Amino acid sequence: MSANRTLSVPYLARVEGEGAMHVRIKDGRVENVEVRIFEPPRFFEAFLRGRMFLEAPDITARICGICPVAYQMSAVHALEAALGIQVDGPLRDLRRLLYCGEWIESHALHVYMLHAPDFLGYPSVVHMAADHPQLVNDALALKRTGNQIMTVVGGREIHPINVKVGGFYHTPTKAELDTLVAPLERALETAVATARFAATLTFPELTLHHELIALRHPDDYPMNEGRLVSDRGLDISAQQYQEHFAEEHAAHSNALHSHHKGTETYLVGPLARMALNRDRLTPLARRTADEIGLETPCRNPFRSNLVRAVELVLACEEALRLIRGYREPREAAVAVAARKGIGWAMTEAPRGMLYHRYCLDDHGLIEDANIVPPTSQNLRAMEADLRAFVTAHLHLDDAELTLRCEQAIRNYDPCISCATHFLKLDVARS
Amino acid sequence: MALAQQKPKLARKPKLAVWKFSSCDGCQLSLLDCEDALLTVAGAVEISNFPEASREVGKGPYDISLVEGSITTPHDAERVHDVRRQSKYLVTIGACATAGGIQALRNFASVKDFASRVYARPEVLSVLGKSTAISDHVAVDFELHGCPVSKHQLIEVLRAFLQDARPDIPSYSVCMECKRRGSVCVMVARGMACLGPVTHAGCGALCPSYHRGCFACFGPAETANTAALARHLAATGVAADDLLRAFRTYHAAAEPFRRESENHER
Repeated sequence: MSANRTLSVPYLARVEGEGAMHVRIKDGRVENVEVRIFEPPRFFEAFLRGRMFLEAPDITARICGICPVAYQMSAVHALEAALGIQVDGPLRDLRRLLYCGEWIESHALHVYMLHAPDFLGYPSVVHMAADHPQLVNDALALKRTGNQIMTVVGGREIHPINVKVGGFYHTPTKAELDTLVAPLERALETAVATARFAATLTFPELTLHHELIALRHPDDYPMNEGRLVSDRGLDISAQQYQEHFAEEHAAHSNALHSHHKGTETYLVGPLARMALNRDRLTPLARRTADEIGLETPCRNPFRSNLVRAVELVLACEEALRLIRGYREPREAAVAVAARKGIGWAMTEAPRGMLYHRYCLDDHGLIEDANIVPPTSQNLRAMEADLRAFVTAHLHLDDAELTLRCEQAIRNYDPCISCATHFLKLDVARS
Repeated sequence: MALAQQKPKLARKPKLAVWKFSSCDGCQLSLLDCEDALLTVAGAVEISNFPEASREVGKGPYDISLVEGSITTPHDAERVHDVRRQSKYLVTIGACATAGGIQALRNFASVKDFASRVYARPEVLSVLGKSTAISDHVAVDFELHGCPVSKHQLIEVLRAFLQDARPDIPSYSVCMECKRRGSVCVMVARGMACLGPVTHAGCGALCPSYHRGCFACFGPAETANTAALARHLAATGVAADDLLRAFRTYHAAAEPFRRESENHER
């Protein structure tokens, strides 16, 4: 094998958005690793300025077609904090239910359609369907169930229309939610089967040493609420986020890289969430995690699919619990009046913590917005993983090593559309 | 399912390609969201180029190209011509590809506005000053509206092009769908502002059925009388700034909405 090699993937497949990978090996050592983000910037934070607060959940949903609910949830919680209102009871439960729908849809998409083909040796899920029809049917059934939840609660699966600052535009009846019970019961079984299937895969060895960061809530596995904690003692509120984290711009990337001041690299997403919240799992999810031998903490990013599978079980169980306990609220939303204020919120998108901050003027117009998506927080960790993995696997030939590197990137389920939403300047005028 | 019944005229399956420009990925995700129909589609066509779903890249030419996203960089303004050259039919999917998308809000900002928003290293960015629709650059065979597109309409478009038929996609307004659905008019009964009368059908009149006025995520209907609607809304107390924003969001660069929003500039 030559001591000087270049591994290059000009267009990463089976990720959301447009990115490339470039690894340069010189004299038998990894000289440079870049995950290049060439997805064009879309400047959301710039054009949120001057918009009415009520528009923010729908506008920010358009940052990402894969996790619009995450944007809507972080937006409404941050805006409600700015406006001094609290949403509780059945409305709070409906929001968690909606988030369960997105987790199920997004995790099923990733586990089966984006990531599993790597482990089973296929270029895509369609190719995989010929040999593994049951797996693909399971994937589609799970995804459909997640989408059904989003359709009933949110109106549609991509860019739901029913999320409002203060609650919802219209709340579902008990009978409407009950239609989800039977599909969810089947989905729960499928999710357990998914975890068992994921446990049969062979995982490359890699141990990551990033700081693990996720929300933590007193009672629940975190989705919409909680403080930001880490395995190294971080414990802060959303309001304190910007004191502890900063974003910087790397020349090779159209996405800002986020870093936690004082630490080398950190990780958000399923691995971190599970490591910090295993004791908050629902009963069957906990049993499933034990049964498949998921270690705590799991520090091999290739095993993140096991974690997603356990979170699929959790999301199905939670959705069933929320539906069974649902009482139709009297009002679809808490009354909201415009006022001046600043609000912050963090929620757990399927890919990890998503931070929103808004400043509002007296009329409820947005003066300033700041959004930090999970993928831009994970970019540094992703590059560090690639470096570590390539260093340990220099004996592999270029094709194999390149494939494994792509897989290492897909471990993060990166959402490049999200990561490039926010560059704020637009210069080259045609 | 109609797709499965179609008799292939070609010895080989038609080749489908999916391309992405500046977008949120939601419209191409609609294809994966077709779930049961997805495998039917996969049986009826050869999915030749779909990076979000597959590592395999089939060579062109392609029989049908679905194009998501708007043109916002010099590189993409070139790349879209390659896509056109390789495609027998080119269909744009969604608001970005069809009208420039929400990122076309930049088209209304001045350089001065941006100057205060300088970020760390602007010199390494390569972006155009305007976000434009695919049809501003190349000939387009069909434009499917929606932010996001309706997956049922997406399947209908594929069916039609596979059968050399015209897609059955109505171009009337959301009001027609609302009446057909039997929803009570939110503007008449509840006094809500609703853009349904000027908005392209396709969503099934979703928002009014959730007690919310339409916010035009399917863009302008074919014969949208935006001025009449704006006059009515103004008479019911909607302020000029609110009218401006209503017409300038998800389809800010679509001609009827662009013109109407400019009527409410101060």
